[in-house]
Amino acid sequence: MNNADRLPKKNLLSLQIDLSKFEKATDEEKAQHETMRESTTFFKDGMRKLRKNPLAMMSLIILAVLVISIIVVPFFYPYSYEQMITVNGKRDKTAKNLAPFTYSKMEQKAIDEGQKIFPHIFGTDELCRDYFIRVVYGARVSLAVGLFASLIVLVIGLVYGSVAGYFGGTVDMVMMRIVDIIYSLPDTLMVVLLSVVLNQILGAKLQGTVLAKLGTNMISLFVVFGVLYWVGMARLVRGQILSIRNNEYVLAARALGAKPGRIIKKHILPNCMSVIFISVALQIPSAIFTESFLSFIGLGVQAPMPSLGSLANAARGGMQSYPYKMVFPAIIICLIVLSFNLLGDGLRDAFDPKLRR
Amino acid sequence: MSTPLLQVKNLCTSFNVDSGEVRAVNGVSFNLDKGRVLGIVGESGSGKSVTAYSIMGILVEPGRIKSGEILFNGEDIVKYNKKQMREFRGKRVSIIFQDPMTSLNPVYTIGNQLREAIMLHTDRNRQQANERALEMLKLVGVNSPEQRLKQYPFELSGGMRQRIMIAMALCCEPDILIADEPTTALDVTIQAQILELMQELQKKLGMAIIMITHDLGVIADMCDEIIVMYAGRVCERGTADEIFYNPCHEYTKGLLRSIPRLDTNHARLIPISGSPVDLTNLPKGCAFASRCDNCMKICLSELPEELDINDNHKAACWMNVRQVYNEAAKGGNVE
Amino acid sequence: MTAKERLFWMLKYTIKRVLLAIVTVFIISAITFFAMNAIPGGPFAKEKAPDPAVQAALEARFNLDKPVGQQYLIYMNNLFHGDFGISLKTGREISQIISEKFAVSAKLGGMAALCAVVLGLLLGSIAALCRNKWPDRLIIFLTTLFVSVPSFILATILLLVFALQLKWVGVFSTDNPNYVLPVISLMLYPMSYITRLTKSSMLDVLGQDYIRTARAKGVRESLVIAKHALRNALIPVITYVGPMVAGILTGSMVIETVFSIGGLGTEFVRSINNQDYPMIMATTIFLAILMVIATLLSDLVYKLIDPKITFD
Repeated sequence: MNNADRLPKKNLLSLQIDLSKFEKATDEEKAQHETMRESTTFFKDGMRKLRKNPLAMMSLIILAVLVISIIVVPFFYPYSYEQMITVNGKRDKTAKNLAPFTYSKMEQKAIDEGQKIFPHIFGTDELCRDYFIRVVYGARVSLAVGLFASLIVLVIGLVYGSVAGYFGGTVDMVMMRIVDIIYSLPDTLMVVLLSVVLNQILGAKLQGTVLAKLGTNMISLFVVFGVLYWVGMARLVRGQILSIRNNEYVLAARALGAKPGRIIKKHILPNCMSVIFISVALQIPSAIFTESFLSFIGLGVQAPMPSLGSLANAARGGMQSYPYKMVFPAIIICLIVLSFNLLGDGLRDAFDPKLRR
Repeated sequence: MSTPLLQVKNLCTSFNVDSGEVRAVNGVSFNLDKGRVLGIVGESGSGKSVTAYSIMGILVEPGRIKSGEILFNGEDIVKYNKKQMREFRGKRVSIIFQDPMTSLNPVYTIGNQLREAIMLHTDRNRQQANERALEMLKLVGVNSPEQRLKQYPFELSGGMRQRIMIAMALCCEPDILIADEPTTALDVTIQAQILELMQELQKKLGMAIIMITHDLGVIADMCDEIIVMYAGRVCERGTADEIFYNPCHEYTKGLLRSIPRLDTNHARLIPISGSPVDLTNLPKGCAFASRCDNCMKICLSELPEELDINDNHKAACWMNVRQVYNEAAKGGNVE
Repeated sequence: MTAKERLFWMLKYTIKRVLLAIVTVFIISAITFFAMNAIPGGPFAKEKAPDPAVQAALEARFNLDKPVGQQYLIYMNNLFHGDFGISLKTGREISQIISEKFAVSAKLGGMAALCAVVLGLLLGSIAALCRNKWPDRLIIFLTTLFVSVPSFILATILLLVFALQLKWVGVFSTDNPNYVLPVISLMLYPMSYITRLTKSSMLDVLGQDYIRTARAKGVRESLVIAKHALRNALIPVITYVGPMVAGILTGSMVIETVFSIGGLGTEFVRSINNQDYPMIMATTIFLAILMVIATLLSDLVYKLIDPKITFD
């Protein structure tokens, strides 16, 4: 440290010029000085992150397009998913296994006569039905199964988990032991077993009711989900509630005299909703998978109702001659599942409080 | 004058994250001589730990040293390759961390982790390494050391684990020990024990220590020199006495006002208002200006340089300039 | 805790877990048996057996005139002695069918499980280490794709493209068992899952303080990964591997059918389509026991690898 360049000499000369600089700064000047970080809410920040995730946004768009088209298309599409194609009121038995955008002999004749015939975008199947509308209905069924099964899982899991987490103690212990046991059951096997049994039992009882149209397989699928798959959700919900309930900020809120309602609304729900929501988003593809698996072993939705899984499975036989029959439902099923998976991952990255720093 | 053991010159370290560049360290310089104890003080986010990690070369992605030199015995370690850096770490410079609960690998025994450090930098075999580990454990005052070697970290208390961290850091006799808030996560009584142990070891082994803390009380009677950091810059430096009895930076004054003292009758502590600055978006001028009670117009527009208060004391605060100016105005000439 | 205490604790835990496993097996067998009995006519109903001799053999073995509860006890007792009953369709001893078919399934499943674990750990570690660089993105893209395709579609496509169109690999047949495609199709889903699991677990571990300690000691980066990170990162993966290994054996229901491999899975699907109830029941119980054992083993390994859990 050298005394020669001590401050006064060096600086006074230059500073003497502007004395006003050494006046006390006002509060406004101070406030302006610091550029504050933009304050955001948890939700806003999550949405911002989600919007910046191209994969998740693309999945969202794909899902939206798919959902809108499977709702809208059947309204104007001229063919039916369960009936043979007709030309001028006559059943067209020549329209078997048509390739995409081709016409049968009868249709060709009608076109030559000047009629307009809507093209078979995906061709036709072996029973002379338009394949596109079958895929659309298949996607409808698969998505509906996925959503509904996830809903069942959500409701049962949420109620069961909250009760266990809320009451705690012995109630919790007994309830969680039950969950443990169900959890340890091999799920694929139990799904198959229950489906076999329920098919046999429900088949007779449902005859003539509205539910019969849905098919016993579908009903048993939902029952299976209601019986087996909720345990994961119940564990998740209970774990969330327990961990949040014991958090310091909840204790602090309680110490400040917040009512239970307020604690649940302000502290517990916002903190576990995102995790639960993400888990539901990831449950949907798993339900669609289970349905397609059951379709594969012959326990899926009832014919003539198609699902993506049963369509793909039915197409396996003629795989070499008519590969498109496999390809179309396969692509749609992959798109749906992939989109849900990517969206779920994106949601988790954006909203999971544990991943935030 | 011989070259200091460690010279940090104008170190700048940044983290490139989504929302921009977090400039954690902005031009920090200091020297550390052999066997001396340097204290670095500052609140969370002031860049103390990042400075230490930069010296150790253990910055994690996306952090990197942007500019500056770190000279160890005159050699710039920033230019070291990976292998040189590995040999440097642990052997020449060691570090102990804030949280002893998580700093030891949970799936390996204490002995395993100590031996690893010893065998990496010396050519001792397993048996000899084990003996060295035992010796170190005795040195840091761990009871029944033979048994400890076979235990897993979770079986030990926090204070015990920190002792083991110290043993691990010192087992290759480094020239410098960096202690990154070594007592923050511990109970107050254990804190005192650990500090005492470090002082004792420093005397016994003669290594230099860089003591990083946010707690001025911790370093008061331990450090030869103290650096006060704010927003990645050094705002004041000097001997412990100078810093404590003649603080010349508004931030240091604020820090001192906010710690409890037994020797005065202050009814209440005076906190520093506001919160630390956003490091992605450092303001022009002095970073502390918006929280400073004596903030002047110049503080908002121009960055204060470090200026000498006396031979053992430097501070970067415009208030000092004003004071000199005022004196000059009164007395005509300062010199 | 000394090594002796640890051993004792481990023993205690093992016994507890084995008891729980036995209880689970009983519950599964009970569910299976009573569910099957809920089917109108029961699993051994007269009209379902085409052959009176088969029916007679069933009646003799299970005392079908007795109440269901007692039938269950008899069934379990027979099961305990390795007697699974006889198949309604073929009239053969089920235990014989199972042991014969399981050999095929176990070979296929074993190979697939091994590949899935090894590749999954490798790819997951690579992805974690090259975070946000192209290898990570490629691996995550592919694995996300693989977990989004139902296995029978994937298997069919692989079969069509690589065996029938390109003719790169032979089709599986009993004379010329080429396991390449079946193993790949069976492996892809669990491999992808393990990859993703390993990656996230690895990233979690790499952010831990003890990794920083290891680096500060001067440990070389490859050893930081191999010694300090991998073992900790393995812990959550192991809990998945056990049930997966067992699940692969049932998952092969799909793969075996697609590739017409005569394993236990094909047999199970066939028995479902044939409504061969004793066969369904026996196979379910057998596979469930396998799964329970696999889960048990993975739990024990889990405890061994993580000393902290032993302590809790």
